[in-house]
Amino acid sequence: MVEKTITVGVNGMSYTRTVEPRMLLSDFLRQELTLTGTHVGCEHGVCGACTVLLDGRSVRSCLTLAVQVDGSEIETIEGQGEIDRLGRVQEAFRQHHGLQCGFCTPGFIMAVTDLLRHHPLESDEQIREALSGNICRCTGYENIVNAVRELARERGPLT
Amino acid sequence: MASLRYDGISGTMKPAQFDYAVPNTVEEAARLLAESNGDGKIIAGGQSLMPMINFRLVKPSILIDVNRIAGLNRIELVGKRVRIGATVRHHQTASDPLIAKHLPVVHDAMQHVAHVTVRNRGTFCGSVAHADPAAEMPMVTRFLDGTIIALSIRGERRIPAADFFVGSLVNSLEPDEMVLAVEIDVMPDEAGWGFEEFAKRHGDFALAAFAATLRMDNGRARDVRIGMMGVGEVPLRLPEIEEILEETELSQAVLQAVAEKLNDILTPNTDIHASADYRRHLSGVLAKRALRSAWVRAGGRKEATNG
Ligand SMILES: Cc1cc2nc3c(=O)[nH]c(=O)nc-3n(C[C@H](O)[C@H](O)[C@H](O)COP(=O)(O)OP(=O)(O)OC[C@H]3O[C@@H](n4cnc5c(N)ncnc54)[C@H](O)[C@@H]3O)c2cc1C
Ligand code: FES
Ligand code: FES
Repeated sequence: MVEKTITVGVNGMSYTRTVEPRMLLSDFLRQELTLTGTHVGCEHGVCGACTVLLDGRSVRSCLTLAVQVDGSEIETIEGQGEIDRLGRVQEAFRQHHGLQCGFCTPGFIMAVTDLLRHHPLESDEQIREALSGNICRCTGYENIVNAVRELARERGPLT
Repeated sequence: MASLRYDGISGTMKPAQFDYAVPNTVEEAARLLAESNGDGKIIAGGQSLMPMINFRLVKPSILIDVNRIAGLNRIELVGKRVRIGATVRHHQTASDPLIAKHLPVVHDAMQHVAHVTVRNRGTFCGSVAHADPAAEMPMVTRFLDGTIIALSIRGERRIPAADFFVGSLVNSLEPDEMVLAVEIDVMPDEAGWGFEEFAKRHGDFALAAFAATLRMDNGRARDVRIGMMGVGEVPLRLPEIEEILEETELSQAVLQAVAEKLNDILTPNTDIHASADYRRHLSGVLAKRALRSAWVRAGGRKEATNG
């Protein structure tokens, strides 16, 4: 087994590391870069907790290998805002009580960031469909849908 | 030792060890695959392969990543066929104008595949290669009689979809062959189509799905094609149902005959998601809905099938 040296941009910072090919992107972020905001729930693609953006599109970091993202730009929850200066999506989730335990929240925030960039979100049905890849065991989703509805309205139609 | 895993130092790894190669050309990919002596795996979107690797259900000696090979991410019209390259992702297929115009039933089917985040990575050809009997792209490839273009160091081979899907998660590729593209004949402009599926939650694998294409000739259905998935070991084309519909005017009675025939010929499994009986019943319901849409889109009267 041959280790690989990769250079990855994460939230605007460049990192170079040597990793085993089998290292998942989720473990790379959490263990190598100690960016533990990206959560891991199922580690087989079902729950969405590990969602990050890869070159601007949401992906499941547990189904992506670190070696595959050599030369790419990753965005994680750590790049979205600070405790006293939340990002817009984070702020909407806070205002609408779109989280309780918060385990699923980083994944939702990153997925919604992609949705706002690329998806119509014109009706509640579209919003619910678009959120269907992320599982939340606490909120019952209503308040998450409320937050996303407000964000979608604020954004307006996709051009 | 769970505590070792997430404390910021390198802990245990989910997958077993493997080597990793990122070829720049398809020839190089084919060579690497041949050199792996059957132990290598192509990785495209990774949305089906990585879960199996994480569970160590699959332990390849080497992963051959085709994602950086230039030119494979295109959907093109080649004569009267739509050609979908090996790294065309689901989100691309879902919004591609050529697919919407020439293969509208594929466009509709794609709206049921997985979730946004999975569609951002998963590929059409990867899904076909994976050959899940409850996956939409194998189903449309099969019932539209698509062709799988396989490549190895021995050259290219064209495999008709009817010969490609041989079992649940089993295709007829040789160990050293990769999928280069899938080609599907364009649907005639005047064709009507319908695609209906039932899943417990949007984006989950379906309990069953039914697809139909047909055109109208003097008020009668012609060139009827019927496909189903989720009710067998492989995606199905159903000539028994096509026969019932060919050259008929679609009516309540014909739809009923279709539902009854489905009940006779289908042998779905009972699993934790649904019983065989439920799936048979569901098939009839989905068939009626899909056939009504196909009929009306082909120019037929709605009243004929209502009631
Ligand atoms: C949560 C979740 C929900 C999903 N829901 C659905 C759904 O509703 N419907 C659905 O159809 N799918 C669903 N999928 C699966 C998804 O569509 C996969 O992306 C797809 O089945 C496989 O495509 P891939 O590109 O990810 O292939 P990979 O995972 O990369 O590969 C799958 C298999 O095909 C082989 N392979 C890939 N490309 C090639 C090639 N070019 N040549 C030879 N072999 C190749 C690999 O070696 C592997 O054995 C879901 C996945 C997840 C994680
Ligand atoms: S941890 Fe990646 S999807 Fe659940
Ligand atoms: S807030 Fe607890 S899982 Fe979503």
